[in-house]
Amino acid sequence: MTTLLQPPAAPVLEQDTARPARRLPKLWRILGYLTLGVAAVAVLLPFYWMVMSSLKTNNEVFAIPVRWITTDPVWSNYADIWRKSEMTTWLGNTVFLSAVVTLLQVFTGSFAAYGFSKVRFPGRDVLFLAYIGTLAVPWQSYMVPQFVMMTKLQLTDTLWSIVALQAFGALGVFMMKQFYETIPDELIDAARIDGMSEFGIYRRVMLPLSKPALASLTLITLVTTWNDYMGPLLYLRSPDLWTVQLGLKSFISQYNAEYALIMTGSVLSVLPIVVIFLAGQRYFVEGVATTGLKG
Amino acid sequence: MTTMPANRRRWRNTAVGLGFLLPNFAGFVILTLVPVVLLFYYAFTEWNMFGGATFNGLDNFRRMAGDSSFWTALRNTLYYSAFHIPLTLAVSLGLALLLNRKLRGVGFFRTVAFFPYITSIVAIAQIWNMLFSPGFGPVNEVLRWIGVDSPPGWTTSADWSMPAVIVVGTWREMGYYMLLFLAALQTIPAQLHEAARVDGANAWQRFRAVTLPGLRPTTFFITVLLTIGSFKVFDLILVMTDGGPGQSTLVLSQYIYKKGFQENEFGYASAVSIVLFAICFLVTVIQFVVNKRRSE
Repeated sequence: MTTLLQPPAAPVLEQDTARPARRLPKLWRILGYLTLGVAAVAVLLPFYWMVMSSLKTNNEVFAIPVRWITTDPVWSNYADIWRKSEMTTWLGNTVFLSAVVTLLQVFTGSFAAYGFSKVRFPGRDVLFLAYIGTLAVPWQSYMVPQFVMMTKLQLTDTLWSIVALQAFGALGVFMMKQFYETIPDELIDAARIDGMSEFGIYRRVMLPLSKPALASLTLITLVTTWNDYMGPLLYLRSPDLWTVQLGLKSFISQYNAEYALIMTGSVLSVLPIVVIFLAGQRYFVEGVATTGLKG
Repeated sequence: MTTMPANRRRWRNTAVGLGFLLPNFAGFVILTLVPVVLLFYYAFTEWNMFGGATFNGLDNFRRMAGDSSFWTALRNTLYYSAFHIPLTLAVSLGLALLLNRKLRGVGFFRTVAFFPYITSIVAIAQIWNMLFSPGFGPVNEVLRWIGVDSPPGWTTSADWSMPAVIVVGTWREMGYYMLLFLAALQTIPAQLHEAARVDGANAWQRFRAVTLPGLRPTTFFITVLLTIGSFKVFDLILVMTDGGPGQSTLVLSQYIYKKGFQENEFGYASAVSIVLFAICFLVTVIQFVVNKRRSE
């Protein structure tokens, strides 16, 4: 990869601007585009193949040679999937969970972050350390005791188990705290002297100032909850509680030869997230770049 | 407020602070902190779903030492990590270096590279399973076309299932780490590169002397993330191969799941969990120490 850096060039004459990048000599530029092109194809081709397959007949999906373009798309796949599966139930459950979890995570996360960054009290930093410490503990290693707790709370096999699982994550607290640290304490002190209550400061000073961070957290939580497969797999046994991911997986096992329909279902499960991602890309990327997504 | 005695103000602050923490903290304690602590108790008990936990000392760990499935899972986890970590590092750094150039279409690619990361694991595993399908899948068709006579059986073959999983894992995560690298690259001042160039350093030398040191903290952070991520790899494998064929892709997380949730052996599953926890913890500590020593 290092060969892509420019070779020792003639003495530099032009002044570099703020951007670190320099114009490459022609040959290297062509190579660069070539690599970029290959990488883009490698990333996109599986998605393209998914969409194309979703519009084929079953036999066509694995036809040899591969038909990269479907000449007459089978749109009826998109009607059949609703008939053959419980897609409506799955989508409904997923939308409900995504909405509730996101609301709770954003609220409790930003609320706690205010306590952690703007109220000074003894023991605060130790508590925060406990939060951050558990971020490094793999969920896989405590999912068994967590399941025992959930059983005791009688939350298993209810949608609330997923809410409980996702809504109180340390990630939201961490992310919001990072952002609150950039807001000067003087501003908060000034508001205190003006006689504002702490809750008032949170509501009317902090929340409006932290809109970009709230947007990032909202998007990241939304995507994580929508895509979560393990949580629902462990906790949701009744089919009428299934989410899109769980439903799709069971559809795949049940109709394992219905290749086209499986791809149709996959497209439907991915589509909402792609739309949300494209709409809020900037916040999403910023949020990920500052904290890292859990996964 | 200024007239309030210091002592009373401190109490008030504590109450207010805890008030803010409470909604999140309550959930966090019950669902994360307590389970993490309980783990260290359950690991030393014999317990299945019915009946309570009975303390049995180190029995679970003794059993683990003789459990060949456990060792297979551990070996496979190391196999996955040994390839997934360097591969993802190299690919994501390479892409980031490329994107840091003045090329057209860079913005588009940055968006595209992120797609696999935001797509659900179920859909991704299914797409790739079909692409990798040995007889009629596009991957093998392309391989035959370029002259490979008997292309691998991928997820249907015990030898090739792990490479297939590694390819998909790397494909899925490279965009994310690329983004982290890219953000770091843009903080390296251009003057440093200029100075090195003026001193007559060639591209490789500049990469070694300017780019890599500038990326140090990020490379470190990414290595830690990647390592933990690789050791706890779970849903990708569960959906793509379910540990098979045979036990060729059985990994630690999945073994915990199998023991805990399919065979209801909470005690033994917790003991295996401790091993996973200890590995992740140890690797993180080692990396921190090495990083600290090198930066001194």
